[in-house]
Amino acid sequence: MKRLHTLAALAVLGILSITPASAEDKSIVVASTTSTQDSGLFGHLLPAFKQKTGIDVKVIAQGTGQALDTGRRGDADVVFVHAKSAEEKFLAEGQSTKRYPVMYNDFVLIGPKSDPAGIKGTKDIVAALKTIKEKGAPFISRGDRSGTNIAELKLWKVAGIDIAKDKGPWYKDIGQGMGAALNTASAANAYVISDRGTWLSFKNRGDLVIAVEGDKRLFNQYGVMLVNPAKHPNVKAALGQQFIDWLISSEGQKTIADYKINGQQLFYPNATDPNA
Amino acid sequence: MMSNLVSAFELVHSFDASLFQIIGLSLFVSLSAVAWSALISVPLGALIALNAFPGRTFIVVVINALMGLPPVVAGLIVFLSLSRSGPLGSWGLLFTPTAMIIAQTLLVTPIIAALTRQTIEDAWIEYRDELTAMNIGVAARAATLIWDCRYSLMTALLAGFGRAAAEVGAIIIVGGNIDGFTRTMTTTIALETSKGDLPRAIALGAVLVGIIILVNALAWSTQRLGARFSGA
Amino acid sequence: MLALTSDLPMALEHVSVVAGGVRILSDVTLRFSAGAPTVLIGPNGSGKTTLLRVAMGLLHPSSGTMTWGGYERVAPQRRAIVFQRPAMLRRTAAANIEYALASVNVSRDLWKQRTAELLAMVGLSGLGERPARKLSGGEQQRLALARALGRNPEVLFLDEPTAALDPHSTKAIEDVLETIAAKNIKIIMSTHDLGEARRLAGEIVFLNHGRIAETGSSADFFNAPTTSDGQRFIAGELLI
Repeated sequence: MKRLHTLAALAVLGILSITPASAEDKSIVVASTTSTQDSGLFGHLLPAFKQKTGIDVKVIAQGTGQALDTGRRGDADVVFVHAKSAEEKFLAEGQSTKRYPVMYNDFVLIGPKSDPAGIKGTKDIVAALKTIKEKGAPFISRGDRSGTNIAELKLWKVAGIDIAKDKGPWYKDIGQGMGAALNTASAANAYVISDRGTWLSFKNRGDLVIAVEGDKRLFNQYGVMLVNPAKHPNVKAALGQQFIDWLISSEGQKTIADYKINGQQLFYPNATDPNA
Repeated sequence: MMSNLVSAFELVHSFDASLFQIIGLSLFVSLSAVAWSALISVPLGALIALNAFPGRTFIVVVINALMGLPPVVAGLIVFLSLSRSGPLGSWGLLFTPTAMIIAQTLLVTPIIAALTRQTIEDAWIEYRDELTAMNIGVAARAATLIWDCRYSLMTALLAGFGRAAAEVGAIIIVGGNIDGFTRTMTTTIALETSKGDLPRAIALGAVLVGIIILVNALAWSTQRLGARFSGA
Repeated sequence: MLALTSDLPMALEHVSVVAGGVRILSDVTLRFSAGAPTVLIGPNGSGKTTLLRVAMGLLHPSSGTMTWGGYERVAPQRRAIVFQRPAMLRRTAAANIEYALASVNVSRDLWKQRTAELLAMVGLSGLGERPARKLSGGEQQRLALARALGRNPEVLFLDEPTAALDPHSTKAIEDVLETIAAKNIKIIMSTHDLGEARRLAGEIVFLNHGRIAETGSSADFFNAPTTSDGQRFIAGELLI
C-alpha cells in the first residue's frame, strides 16, 4: 500500500514538474484566417518553411477582424489576412509598417442544388444577391468581421442594399468561421459566400454546389504584415520577417501555387503584382 | 453516417501519430490542472471546514457558486490577463499549454475546494472530540482529516478531472487551438466538426469518452480496494 | 499555554453550564486529587457527561471556574479521555495508537514496542493490523482506552466506558482500570452500573438534576447514604 502511495506521489510530482516547451525556441505566432487554415494551406506551407528555416509557425486561426485585433494587442508576431481595407486601416494606425500582397483566390456563392432563388449559373454576383433578397431565399452570413464577411457586406452595398436594416428572417448571421457557415448552409439548404479554398477542402457538402462564380467582384486578395515591434517590443521581428520574406520569395510563391486539392489549385501567388 | 463511423473506427485503429499527440496534450493539460488545483484547493477546503472566521459563510457560498463558472468566462478572464496588452502579458503565456492549464485550474479549483470542504466538515463532526481531547493543533488536524479521508477526496479530484477533460470553451480561447501545439481532443472535435471532417471528430469523441470512463473506473476501484485494505 | 508538571488538583468552583436555555450543571463545586478512582453516578440527564467534559477541558463553564493545578484554560497535556462512543481513526488499530503516541511526541523508534504493550494491556494483541473501524464495539472501546493510555496521562476520564458492552468486555475493561489505578493514574469516570461503581470507586460523586447531591467514599455512600435521593437511587428507585 505504501509503495502505491509513493508511486502516486511521484507521478503527481512528475506531472507538475514537466514544463511545456518554452517559447524561447525558434517560433512565431501568426494570426490568420479560418480560410487559410480550413483549406489546408498551412498544413502544406508550414512544414516546407520549417524544413528550410527550422522556425515553428504557430497559427491562430480567427476571422480577419479578430486576427488584426490580436495583432493590435501584441499577441501575434505576424498577421496574414484577406481584407485590404481592414489591412490598410491597420497600417494607418501604425500597427505595421508594410503590407505585402501574397496570393489571391476568389469567393464563390454556394447554394443548394435545388436553387430556391433560381440564380444558379449566373455570372453576376450582385444581381444574384438582389434576387436572393427579393425571393427571401435562406442566406448564411458569417457575421464575424472576417475577410469573407467583409467582402459579403461590401457586395450587399454594391447591390444598393442596406443589409443591416433590410435583412429579414431569411438572413442568418451566425458569427462563426467558414467551416461552421458551410455546415449551417448545408443543414439549412441555404446560400453562403465562401472562399474557394475552404469550399474545395470541405467534406460535408450535402446538397451544396457552386451557384455563382467568376464575377470580378469576387476577387479575394491575401496580404501579410509584420506587427510593428516599435509598438510591441515582444514581437519576434527577425523571425517574423523571415516568414514574410519566404512567402513572397519565388520558393514560397511556388509552394503556394503547388497546393492542390483533387488536382485543382486553390491559391494563386501574386506577390509581385503592384496593384494587389 | 455509417461511413463516418467506419472511418472513425479505422482512424483509431491506425494509431495516427497526430491523434496521439492530441490525446497526450489533452491528458497533460487536464491532469496538470487537477494536480495544481489539488495543491491549492484541498488544504483550502480543509482550512475552511475546520475554522470559524468572519465571512466564512460568504466564502462557502461563493466557492459553491463558482463551481458553475462557465468555461468560456474562465477562458475570457485568463485571456484578458495573459494577453500582451493585459496585466500579465510580459509572461508571454497566451496561446500556450500553460495558459490552458491555468484556465482549467481556475475551473477545477472551486469544485475540488467545495467537495473537500464538505468531506472534511462531515468527518470533523466525527473526529472533533477526539482530536480536541488530544490537543491536536490546527494544521495537524487538517492533515489528519485529509489523510483519513483521502479516498473520498479522490472522488473530488475525479470530479475536477471530468470537468477539465470535457470542457472546450476555456482552452480554445486561451490556447488558440494551434495545430501541433495547443490542440486537444475537445478543441479538435470542435474544429473537425466545423470543417466537416466528421470521422476524425467522431474518433476523438469516442476516445475522449473512453478515457473518462477509464479514469472513473480506475479511481473507483482504487477507492474501493484502498478503503478496504486500509480501513479508511 | 503553560506546560505544567501536574494537572492535579483539578477544581470546579461554582461551575454552571447553560446550553440552549437549559441548565445542565448548577453551581458545582468539586475537587479531584490524586488517589483512588472517582466515580460519577446519577440518573440519565443528571449532567455526568457534561461534568466530565468540563473537567477534561472540552467545555468551558457558563459561569464559575475550572482550574488545573491552579490555572485556568490549560491545554490537555497530561489528561486523556475515553468517550462513550469513541471515534476510530480510519486506520489500523495499531495506527490509532501510534497517532496518540505521536501526539505526545513519543519518538518513532519506541512506537512498535509501546503499541504492542498497550494492545496487550487491553487484550487486543494480534488485532493491530485490523482496520479499527472493523473492530467490534467492545474492541473499539478497548482500543480507545489503549489510545488514551498511549498519551501517558496523569488523569484518565472515561464516560460510561462499559455501557454498551457485554459482560466479557466489561470485565476486560474493569481489569485494565484496576491495573492502571494501581499505577497511580487518577481515574475519573461515570457509570450507571452501580455494581461497577462499587467495584471500582474510591470516591463517589452522586449527581442529580445538574447538582451534586452527595459525595463520599465508596464505602460510606453505599452503606449509608446521607441524602434521601441517594438512598432512593441505591434502592433502585427512579428519580424524576
